[in-house]
Amino acid sequence: MTDAPVILRSRAEAEAARFPPLLARAEQLAGSVLLGEHGRRRSGMGDDFWQYRPVQEGDQRRMIDWRRSARSDAEFVREREWQIAQSVLLWVDGAASMRFSSNKALPEKADRARLIALAAAVLLIRGGERVGLTGSAVPPRRGQAQIMRLATVLTQDDAQDYGVPEARGMLPHSRAVFVSDFLGDVAPVRAALAKAADRGVRGVLLQILDPDEEAFPFRGRAIFQSIGGTLAHETLKANDLRDRYLQRLADRKAELATLASAVGWHFHTHHTSNSAQSALLWLYRALSGGGVR
Amino acid sequence: MTLGPIGFAAPWLLVTLALLPILWVLLRAVPPAPVRRRFPGVALLLGLRDEDSVTDRTPWWLLLLRMLAVSAVIVGMAGPVLNPRNDGAEATRDPLLIALDGSWASARDWPVKRTLLDGILAEAGRDGRTVALLTLAAPEPLQFQTAETWRSRLAGMQPAAWAPSDQMMETAGAQLGDATFETRWLSDGLERAGRDRLLDAFQARGDVTIYESSAPLLALAPVQMSDGALELTAQRARPGNTRDITVQALGPDPAGVMRVLATLGMTFQPGQTEATGALTLPAELRARVTRFQIAGQDHAGAVSLTDDSLKRREVALIAGREDREGLELLSPLHYLERALAPSADLLNGALADILPASPNVIVLADVATLSLAEKSALLKWTQNGGLLVRFAGPRLAASDVSRTTEDALMPVRLRAGGRTVGGAMSWGAPKSLAPFSENSPFFGLPLPPDVTISAQVMAQPDPTLADRVIAHLSDGTPLVTRKPVGQGQVVLFHVTANAEWSSLPLSGLFVQMLERLAISAAADLPQADDLAGTTWQPVQVLDGFGTLQDGGTLPGVAGETLIDAPLGPRLQPGLYAGPDRRLARNVLGVGDALSPAVWPSDVTVTGLTRAMETPLAGWLLAAALLLLGADVIAALALSGRLLPTRAAVGLIALLLVTPHVSEAQATTAETLSAEVTLAHVITGDAQLDEMAQAGLRGLGETLFYRTTVEPAPPVAVNLETDELAFYPLLYWPIHADQPTPSANAYAKLNQYLRTGGMILFDTRDADIAAYSASSPNGARLQQLASPLDIPPLEPVPSDHVLTRTFYLLQDFPGRYAGRPVWVEAAPPDAERAEGMPFRNLNDGVTPVVVGGNDWAAAWAVDTRGIPMYPVGRGYAGERQREMANRFGVNLVMHVLTGNYKSDQVHVPALLDRLGQ
Repeated sequence: MTDAPVILRSRAEAEAARFPPLLARAEQLAGSVLLGEHGRRRSGMGDDFWQYRPVQEGDQRRMIDWRRSARSDAEFVREREWQIAQSVLLWVDGAASMRFSSNKALPEKADRARLIALAAAVLLIRGGERVGLTGSAVPPRRGQAQIMRLATVLTQDDAQDYGVPEARGMLPHSRAVFVSDFLGDVAPVRAALAKAADRGVRGVLLQILDPDEEAFPFRGRAIFQSIGGTLAHETLKANDLRDRYLQRLADRKAELATLASAVGWHFHTHHTSNSAQSALLWLYRALSGGGVR
Repeated sequence: MTLGPIGFAAPWLLVTLALLPILWVLLRAVPPAPVRRRFPGVALLLGLRDEDSVTDRTPWWLLLLRMLAVSAVIVGMAGPVLNPRNDGAEATRDPLLIALDGSWASARDWPVKRTLLDGILAEAGRDGRTVALLTLAAPEPLQFQTAETWRSRLAGMQPAAWAPSDQMMETAGAQLGDATFETRWLSDGLERAGRDRLLDAFQARGDVTIYESSAPLLALAPVQMSDGALELTAQRARPGNTRDITVQALGPDPAGVMRVLATLGMTFQPGQTEATGALTLPAELRARVTRFQIAGQDHAGAVSLTDDSLKRREVALIAGREDREGLELLSPLHYLERALAPSADLLNGALADILPASPNVIVLADVATLSLAEKSALLKWTQNGGLLVRFAGPRLAASDVSRTTEDALMPVRLRAGGRTVGGAMSWGAPKSLAPFSENSPFFGLPLPPDVTISAQVMAQPDPTLADRVIAHLSDGTPLVTRKPVGQGQVVLFHVTANAEWSSLPLSGLFVQMLERLAISAAADLPQADDLAGTTWQPVQVLDGFGTLQDGGTLPGVAGETLIDAPLGPRLQPGLYAGPDRRLARNVLGVGDALSPAVWPSDVTVTGLTRAMETPLAGWLLAAALLLLGADVIAALALSGRLLPTRAAVGLIALLLVTPHVSEAQATTAETLSAEVTLAHVITGDAQLDEMAQAGLRGLGETLFYRTTVEPAPPVAVNLETDELAFYPLLYWPIHADQPTPSANAYAKLNQYLRTGGMILFDTRDADIAAYSASSPNGARLQQLASPLDIPPLEPVPSDHVLTRTFYLLQDFPGRYAGRPVWVEAAPPDAERAEGMPFRNLNDGVTPVVVGGNDWAAAWAVDTRGIPMYPVGRGYAGERQREMANRFGVNLVMHVLTGNYKSDQVHVPALLDRLGQ
C-alpha cells in the first residue's frame, strides 16, 4: 500500500509526458485571480508587453500609448499579456461503486479515474497552474510536491457505496474537475454544480463507466448487489431489464449533460475499456476550452 | 417388440416417452437458481419490475440434456436388446425343449454353447415360453419351467466326461411324454447309436433345430508301450486338411510341480482321421508322466491318463558271488536279468550304493551275510514298502542265517544244509511243483510239467510256516515263502536264481511268477476276466474339461466292468486303484474311432455362432447417469457456482501431486553400471530418506570437485526389490522404527558384502550408547545387522588405510564428532611393515563401517549446493563439515581402490628391489 502513491504517480507522469504542457483557459478575470509567472498568450492584465493595437471605439483615451502613437499617424493602445495562475480543483470519486471491473483485463473504475485526474494534475502543474482537491484536504498549490500530495490523497478509498461530490472549498472562478461514475443519486451532483455555478466555477464532469455497465450483458435469474452491499435488486429475467436499464443510463447521461451545459460545464463519458489517453485528451481540450461542448 | 435390430423386454414402458413434452414445459417453468452479481449499476435498476412473472427459461441445451437423460432412463428401463434372438419366424408360445448332449465332446465349445443357451433362454423368456432342459448324458425327467429359472442354473452346468450311452438316450426318449414342444438340440457332433430314434421322438412332438459346431474335434487314444517307446494315437471326427497337433506329456517335476515333461508333434494327413507318433522318454521321466493331452483341446477326450502299465519298476539285482566271471550262464543273476530286462529297469551295484536310490525291488541272489549297517538300512527300506526277494543258494545254505532264530529279512527259519533230491548221489526223482493254492499270488498260473527242482533249502517247521508258504513242491515242502515286514515284504525262493538247483528259471513260469510278485510290471492291460471279483476305487476322475478331480468320494467299481463297460456316472474316466496296481480308464478306448454325426436332410442344422444378443439397458442407464452428472455441472455453471477454472486446475493439480521418493527402479542397470553410483537404503522414514539422499548428493559433489571420482546422482535402494550389485557403497542410516528386511533381502545383502560391497551403518545418535542396546537406534542396528555376514570389528586403528586413502585423517566426524568408527578387525598376525607408518592390515576392503556420527547430515546439500543442516558452530563447525566431507572422500576411495592404497607401503621396497 505504501507503494501505491508512488506507482500511481509514476504512471500518471507517464501519461502526462505524452502531452504538451496544458494551460488552463481562464475565462473569468475576477478578484480571485492570482498572477502567475506564465503569460496567458493574450492581452490582459500583467506586466509584460503583449502587443500594440489600433485604438478602437470604446477605448478610453488614457489607454493610448502616446510614445508608440507618436511614431506614426495612427494611435495605438499598448496591451499587456495576461499573467494568471488558474486554480484547478479535482474531485475524484473514491466510493465503493468505483471499485468495480467486470473483467480482470480491465482496470477498476477508481483506478482509471485516479489515473486520469492525476495525469491532468501533472499537466496542469507543469503548465504552472495550481491544482488541489475540493474540500479542505489538499488546497490548490503549485510544484512537484503537490503532485505527491495529490497522489497520496487520491489513493485513499472511500467507504460509502456511491460518491457524493465534494463542493466545499471551491475558490470562486476557479476550474473544477469531477471524476465519478455518477451512478448514485444525482441530487448531490446537482447541488454541487449549483454551488459551483454560484461561485463562478466552471469545470468538467468526467463519467467513468465499465463496459458491462454500458452493455448490461446479463441473462437469467440474478440478484444484483452494489459493491458496498447496501443495495440489492433481484430479477427473474435480467435480459428483460436490459432495455430499461440502458434507457435509464441514457437518461442519467442526458441529465448530467443538461446539468453541465446549464452551468457551463463539460460532460464526457469514458469507458475503462478505452485508453486513458483518450479521456485525458478530452480533458485537456475541455480545460483548454477548445471546441468542446 | 422389436425396432430394427433392437428389441424391448418391456415395450409398454416406452409409452412414458409421451410424457417428455410435459416434462419439457415443467422444466422450463422451474427457474434456475439466481446468480449473485456485484454490479454498481444496481442503483439504476432499483424500482424496475419484471414485466414477465415467468422466470427466465432454462437454456435449451440444458433442457435437451435433461430430456436426453430422462429418455435414456425410460428407454433403458424398457430393456432394449440389440440383436435379440428370434429364430422362429413368428413368436410361438409352445414349450421349448433344449436337448444337450452334455458329453466330453461338448466341453470344447462349452462357453460358446452356454452363451448360445443363455441366448435361447433369454429369447424364450421374452416370448413367455416355458423351457425344459434335457441333458442326454445325465437324463432327468422333463421339467418345464420359466426360462429365468433355467438361466439362474446355467452357470452351474458342466459337461460330463462321458458320452450319452445308448441306454441314456433310450431313457431320455422314454421321458418325453405326449406334450408337443419345439426342440433345440445342442449336439456335440458325434454319431451315436440311439440318436436317430431320439431324433424321431423329438420330431414327433414338434420342430427340431440342431446346433452343431463345425470345428474339428480331436481326441487322444490310450497310450501304448511298444519297444520302449510310447505310441500315441490321436483321432479326429471328420477327415480334413493337414493338421499339426502337439501332444504334451505332463507329470510332476522333481519338486512335485506339474509340468510339461515332453512334447510330441503329430500330423493328420489330409483325409485321414488318425495320426500316430512315437515318443521315447528316459525311464525316469516316463515313470513320472501322469497324463498325455493334446495341447489346446480342453476336453476329457483329449486327455489320456497313464497307469502302471507305463511304469517300469526299478529292480536292484545283487548277487553274493561275483567271482565267477566268464561263466555267464551260471551267474546267479543271468536269468533274472533276462526275465526282468524287458519290463523293468535294472540297477546293479553295491547294496549301500543302491539303497539311497530307493528301488522298488531288491533281489538278493544267494546273499547270506550282510553287514550290520546294510542290514538295518535294508530293513528300514523294506519296512517302508520295499519288496525284498531273496534266492537261496550254496552260500545261504551253508550260512547260519536264520538258523536258530528267524532273521528279520528272512521269511522262515532254515534248516542247515538244505537237501538234494534226484541227483546222482541221492534217492528219489527231482520234485515238481504242486498247484498253487487259492490264496497264493501265483494262483491260476499254469504249471509247465518240465519244471523240476533238484535242490532246495528247507524251512524249519514253525507255527507260522503254513501262512507264509505261497508255493509248494509236490511233496509239500515250501518252494517260495513270504513274510510281510512293515509295509513291505520279504520273499524267499528256496532255490537258486540260476539253473543249478532247478529248471524253474528256464521256464516261462519264472517270468510269470516274477510278474505276479509285481517285480516286473505287466505291459498289457488285464482282461476283464482277470479282474473279476476285485473292486477298484476311483483315485482321480476326469471332468468334462479334462481336469482331474478327486475321486475318493465315488463308489468303487467292480473289476469286471472296469475294462469294457461303457463310461457313465457310475464309471467315470479316471484313475482306479486296485489291489496291487492302478488302472486308467480313458474316454477313448484303445480301438475306438470318432465318427461325425450325420443328420437327416429334413432337420435344420445351424452353427453355434450368431449375432450376439447385447442388452443395452446398462449402457443407456449409464449414459443417463453421465448426462445427469453433466447437468449438475451445467446447472452449477449457469448459477455461477462452479469453481473458477484456475482454482479447479489447482485443486486437481494438488490431488495429482503426491510426494514420492525417487526409487532406484527408475534408473536402468545400464546407467547404474556406467557410472559410480552411491546408494542409500530406504528406511521408510521419508525425512530420513530425503536426508540420506541429500547427503549422498553432497558427497557426490565433493567427490566430483576434488577427485577423479565423478559419481552419478545417488539412488534410493529398496532392499527387497532392487539389485544391489551396482553400488560400491550402501549408506544405511538406522532408524529405530525401520522394518526388518526379509530373509531374501538378507541373502542379497550377504551376497553383496561377500562380493566386495560396503555398507556404512550410521546410527545417527552420536554413539551415545557405544552400540549397546540402550540406545533405540543402537538396538535396532544390532537387530538389523545380526543376520548379516559381518566379520569381527574393531575401532578404526590409527594406521588403518581408511585414514589415508585420499586425505590424512585421524577422526571421522559427521554432524557429531569424536566418536569411534568401527571397521573389520585386523587379523591378529598383522605386522607393521618395515619402516612404514602402518601395518599391512586387511587385504581387502572392510565390508562394513559402523558409526553414529550422522554423516549424511553433514554431507547434505540442497540442489543449489548449500548445506542443509547446521554442523557445530561458526568456523569450527565448518571445519568439522570439511572433515566429514574428507571422511566421505576417503571412504569412497577406500571402496573403489581396495587394497591399492594399502599396498603403497611396499612401493619403496619394490623400487629398491627393481633397482638391484
